[in-house]
Amino acid sequence: MENYDNLLNDLAPKKFGKVGVIWTCSLIAIIIVGIIAYIDQLIKGQIVTNMRDYALWGIYISNFVFFVATSFVGSVTVAILRLTKNKWRTPLVRIAEIISLAAIAMAGVTIMIDMARPDRLLNLFIHARLQSPITWDVIIIPTYIVISFLLLYFPLIPDFAILKKHFKDKNPVLSKWYGKLSLNWKGTAVQKALQEKSIRIIALMIIPVGLILQTIDAWLFSTTYRIGWDSTNMGPYFIAGAFVAGIGALVTVVYIVRRAYHLEAYITDFHFDKLGKLLVLACLTYLYFNINEYLLPAYTVTKDESVHLNTLFSGSYSPIFWAVTIIGLIFPILFLLFKKGRKPLPMFIIGLVVVLASWWKRYLIVTPTLLHPFLPIQGVPKSWHHYFPSIHEWLITLATLAMALLIITLLVRFLPIIPIQRTADEQALLNNEKDTKS
Amino acid sequence: MKNDSNSRRKFLNNGLKAGIATVIGGIGLSKMATKLNAKTDGKKVELMTTDGHLVEVDASEIIEEKTTNSKSYTVREGFKNKKFVMVVDLAKCKNALKCVSACNKHHYITGKNAWLKVYKMQESKDTAPYWMPTACQHCDQPACVTVCPVDATFKRRDGIVLIDNNRCIGCRFCMAACPYSTRVFNWSEPDQGDITLNLSMEQETQPSPEHGGLPSIKGTVDKCDFCPHEIKKGKLPHCVAACPNGVFYFGDKYEDTVTNGDETLRFSKLLKDKSGYRLMEGLGTEPSVYYLPPVDRLVDFEKGLKQYDEYQSVKKSE
Ligand code: SF4
Repeated sequence: MENYDNLLNDLAPKKFGKVGVIWTCSLIAIIIVGIIAYIDQLIKGQIVTNMRDYALWGIYISNFVFFVATSFVGSVTVAILRLTKNKWRTPLVRIAEIISLAAIAMAGVTIMIDMARPDRLLNLFIHARLQSPITWDVIIIPTYIVISFLLLYFPLIPDFAILKKHFKDKNPVLSKWYGKLSLNWKGTAVQKALQEKSIRIIALMIIPVGLILQTIDAWLFSTTYRIGWDSTNMGPYFIAGAFVAGIGALVTVVYIVRRAYHLEAYITDFHFDKLGKLLVLACLTYLYFNINEYLLPAYTVTKDESVHLNTLFSGSYSPIFWAVTIIGLIFPILFLLFKKGRKPLPMFIIGLVVVLASWWKRYLIVTPTLLHPFLPIQGVPKSWHHYFPSIHEWLITLATLAMALLIITLLVRFLPIIPIQRTADEQALLNNEKDTKS
Repeated sequence: MKNDSNSRRKFLNNGLKAGIATVIGGIGLSKMATKLNAKTDGKKVELMTTDGHLVEVDASEIIEEKTTNSKSYTVREGFKNKKFVMVVDLAKCKNALKCVSACNKHHYITGKNAWLKVYKMQESKDTAPYWMPTACQHCDQPACVTVCPVDATFKRRDGIVLIDNNRCIGCRFCMAACPYSTRVFNWSEPDQGDITLNLSMEQETQPSPEHGGLPSIKGTVDKCDFCPHEIKKGKLPHCVAACPNGVFYFGDKYEDTVTNGDETLRFSKLLKDKSGYRLMEGLGTEPSVYYLPPVDRLVDFEKGLKQYDEYQSVKKSE
């Protein structure tokens, strides 16, 4: 019993320290600045961005693709860890699901930021045409949001009941909320069976839905004729990329949460080691698809394609391209192959690099292709031949990122980040085993 | 210029005659009935039969066929039994840019990217350069229409691809999809000045996809509309009428005729004789715009260079 109390004290949500408060406030400040920039964009039109008729999509779309990719982490952890009953997942899945939910919600917001007429949003439903990949997105993104939410919520119910009791005297208001969210959980056999069944169904659903989501995202590009997009490799390529981005984000957040909440006893080096192996697997898969995407076309290169590949390999985008490929993909693989590379701190740095590289990778997927249309770019101002995001775009981008982080932060603040009930059960099981053995 | 409008009227007259001629078949049956009611005022009308003979009939014998009158015309369906095509003769183009300025003027284009642009083309170092006027290709398999999520850009039966800018949500997917880079976006509030004044002058009461740019709307897409507003009046698209070199031919594929205002030619024969082709045929977009290769040129490519401005397609003074 003493054990259990310790556990509860360790894992129950805690008030933020000074750093936490500063962090949250800065996020809110960034968001406010971004909202102001967005309002300005609404008033003046997208002229405030640096997108023009040739670079008709910019970092908003990169952000969108990035968020969608990151949200894949929920599916991956479920697919690989929950269904294969990997025990070590327990302290990690909830964080993965929180990231997933925050990312997919922000993907939805981002695509609306890119729409020049958000006031006509309803047209997407009134006049929906099923043949457009955007309509598929309109269907799949809300679906994924709902599923991610449920997958986060169902396993939380028993914990809410525990927290209700835990906070009864300490914080009655919070306790009341936890009580409401726990939906009268008593832990009876019927309830348990129902909960388990619901989780199983949702867990089964999130895998195909996640795969479809990533694929549709890829099809946004490959349904066009554009060089560099018009590729049948796009679907699996995006899935592999999402695998990398998602696990990268997971590693980063897990590290920070562990430090902030002092969870070293629960999230151990062992977990990082496992995560590192997962990340290296993801990177290797992605490397394989990158070879398919960039190296093979170089053999049967058409004239238009060679222009495109040259800007990546040796032209104006080559610094980013090589940085993303070498620092963001090859180095992580090399480091992660060694046990020392899979220790928490190196893992954190690698995770951060991988996430950053993932974002720039999406920038490289969107921009250079648009600047190499089939007909030459003529009759437009010189500045339209290039694209680099404007201040507005950066501010809004930062705000969306901050919003995603704020969602994660708030959820981490108020939810038990490591499943209490499950951990208790597992420890009890462990102890029982020990008892019977000894 | 006078010559021009004359021949345009001729085009219209011919079209009307041909239209009425198809009606004439129906006259036979209804003749009796109408004769009873009609006041014969002796006015004769000249008509062309389907085999090309001119005949004179009494005005009272002509019955307007309901299906071809303007009431059955809808913006989304287009003209009945028509399939508009354009032929661009690259051998004649001197980069005079009259087409561009006419198009800009009549569509109130005030942005920085014209709908119709004359490209300076050169396939490779050793081949001859030429001028290529290019606007929307009005594809029969339009990539833009396929990807539009809200059916704002649509394909009509008469072959024209238009944009309903009251519905467009500004996602720009159509622009990404178009391999001809022909679509332009209203990044800011279009500065079209006294367009409402012009609206009433043109006796257009409602902005409609049929007259692109009238008015343009912030955050939506615009592009060449093949001038249905002119076709309706029996005129040729602005670029066709404005070109001093007769580069553009416009017409109806079903009638198999195209005209540049000066001469009217058999569409199929023209393509055959001069080896017509379409841009990026390999993509399978099936454009409605055909090109005649720049061979046997009477014009000097170099002379066009004077007007050429790589960074401007809409002159602010226009
Ligand atoms: S920008 Fe407008 S016309 Fe183009 S695909 Fe989007 S909604 Fe359709």
